[in-house]
This record gives sequence, C-alpha cells and structure tokens, in this order.
Amino acid sequence: MDTVILYAIAVALLAVSAARDREKTKRAILKGAKAFESILPQLVTVLLAVAVILAVFSPEMVSRVIGERSGFLGVLAASVVGGIALIPGFVAFPAAAELLKSGAGTMQIAAFVSSLMMVGVVTLPMEVRYFGRRAAIARNSLAFAFCFLAAAFVAWAVSL
Amino acid sequence: MSPAVVAKRYRVAVLAAFAFLAFLLAFPALAPSAERSFVEQAKTMLLVLPPIFLLLGLLDVWVPKKALMKYMGPKSGLTGPLIAFVLGSVAAGPLYAAFPVSAILMKKGASFTNVLIFIGAWSTTKIPMFLFEMHALGTRFAVARLVIDIPGIILIAFALKAIIPAREVARIYAAAESTGNPEE
Repeated sequence: MDTVILYAIAVALLAVSAARDREKTKRAILKGAKAFESILPQLVTVLLAVAVILAVFSPEMVSRVIGERSGFLGVLAASVVGGIALIPGFVAFPAAAELLKSGAGTMQIAAFVSSLMMVGVVTLPMEVRYFGRRAAIARNSLAFAFCFLAAAFVAWAVSL
Repeated sequence: MSPAVVAKRYRVAVLAAFAFLAFLLAFPALAPSAERSFVEQAKTMLLVLPPIFLLLGLLDVWVPKKALMKYMGPKSGLTGPLIAFVLGSVAAGPLYAAFPVSAILMKKGASFTNVLIFIGAWSTTKIPMFLFEMHALGTRFAVARLVIDIPGIILIAFALKAIIPAREVARIYAAAESTGNPEE
C-alpha cells in the first residue's frame, strides 16, 4: 500500500518536473540512477547475507529464543536476534503477535520489535558507506542499548 | 569508469555470491528457505528503491541548497527536527534506503543532528507501520513504543552528535557531496 503511494508521488513529481524543465529532469533521473548504481555492490552483498541469516534464523528458531527464555536473558536474546534479522514489519508484527499469544513476554517482544527496526547488523556495510565506520557502529550500539529501555517502558505501559 | 574500477567495486559482491552458492550446497536443508528469502528481498528492493532514488534525484536537482539549509540546517531551530521527523515518518522502504537519502540531505546542508533524527524516524516512527503495529500488537503496545521512541530518537541523535568528532562529521559530509555526481 505505501509502495503504491510512493510510486504515485514519484511519478507525479516526475511529471511536474518534466513539464517545467526537460533538461533538469533528465539530470535528476541520471543522478538517481548513478546513486543507485553506486550502492548496488553493497546492496547485493547485504541481500545475499540476509538470505542466509533468515534461513538460519527461521521463525521457529526466533520463537524458540524469544518464547522460552524469560527475564533479562530473554530480552537480551530478543534484542540480539532483532538486531541481526532483517524482517519487514508486515511479516514481523503478525509473527510477534503470534509469539505474544503463545506466551512470550511483552518485554521480550518489545525488545525484539525495537531492535529489529533500529539496529541493522547486516546492513552495516551500507551504513558505513554513507556514515563512516565510527558513526555507523556508534548509532547501532546506542540504538541497541536504547531497545532495553524501550522494552522496559512498553512492558510497564502495557501492564498498567 | 574503467572496467578495472567496476571489477574492484563489485569484488565483494561477487565473493558474496560465491559464498552464497557454497552455503546452498553445504546446507541443502536450508537452501530453499535461503533462495526464497533472497528472491523475496530482491523483489522488495527492486520495487521500493527505484522511486526512492528517483525522488532523490529530483530533490537534488530542484531543491536549492539555500532553501533546504534554511529549513533543516544548523540554524533551523525547531523546524529542522520537526521536518526530519515528518520526512522519516511518511517514508516507505527499509532502513537501508534511508542512507542514500540522508546523503542528499547532507549534501544540501541539513545539519548532522537533523539527519540523524531523520534516520531514527525512518527506522521506527513510520506511519503505515505504526498503524499495522497497532492492529497486530495492540494499541497500548504500539502507542507506548511510539511514546518512548520519539525521545529515544532525539536522544540518540544528540548523543551521536556529541560522540562523533567534528572532523569525522566533516569527512562524512565531504563523502555525501559526491552522491549522484556522474564524475564520481
């Protein structure tokens, strides 16, 4: 659904741009294509790595790690798995809901969802390409630490 | 760009492809799932990335540096973070799509803190995802996460700004300058 909106916006703006200035529009398309090509090698590498990691971290394995362990160890495991996995939200949320129903703790699920979104271990090469090693690692570390706080807060808020 | 340069740039990708094939052969039980997720992710990528990069090109060509700097630059006050939040929240696509967009924002003079807020918003406060999360995990869960994430994103942005030395930030900006340029 958001992809449709994205295309609508892109096409509409492209049309406006082309109507106002053909030359500039051509340059915009070229620049976009160039930026895409420049990230392509890292992108392919990341996709291949993600495919392997997703195959190893199957939904069953994720639910075992998050589902069985409770307490801090469970939160830690959930954050680690979330940071490594690269699952789109529309797959992750129903899976997380399923885990909640089958007895996983709110704190573990919140940690998993938070770290899934904010931490990207596999996409680190792409982040390093644009932000440098230092900033990329620092951002992921801070986001990882923040997941524990977020998890505790969400668990507290839900329990009210 | 000479063939030698191209070969060098794609060396890691080619190595990864060989490692992937080796993995498929070594673990035949995991192969179907790995293949499926590769095709799935590649489809998402080919679907979502073209319009994002097209928008990025249009932004580069049409939005003057002065205008973007006024709204997202170091002197933009509260407007900058607000725009960064809105831009990141209405975005679509995985987090890695946000990196090239932030390079263009840096090129156009957005402040480092605002770019970091944009990255944070793209990663967690996306509106379609929030609605979906509410539906799947409950309103309380989703709202609580949003409530803690917004200060979290700002906190992380300011912490990074404090940790990363100015020289490193200058280097990141210099690298962003070449994004989309044909002479790169």
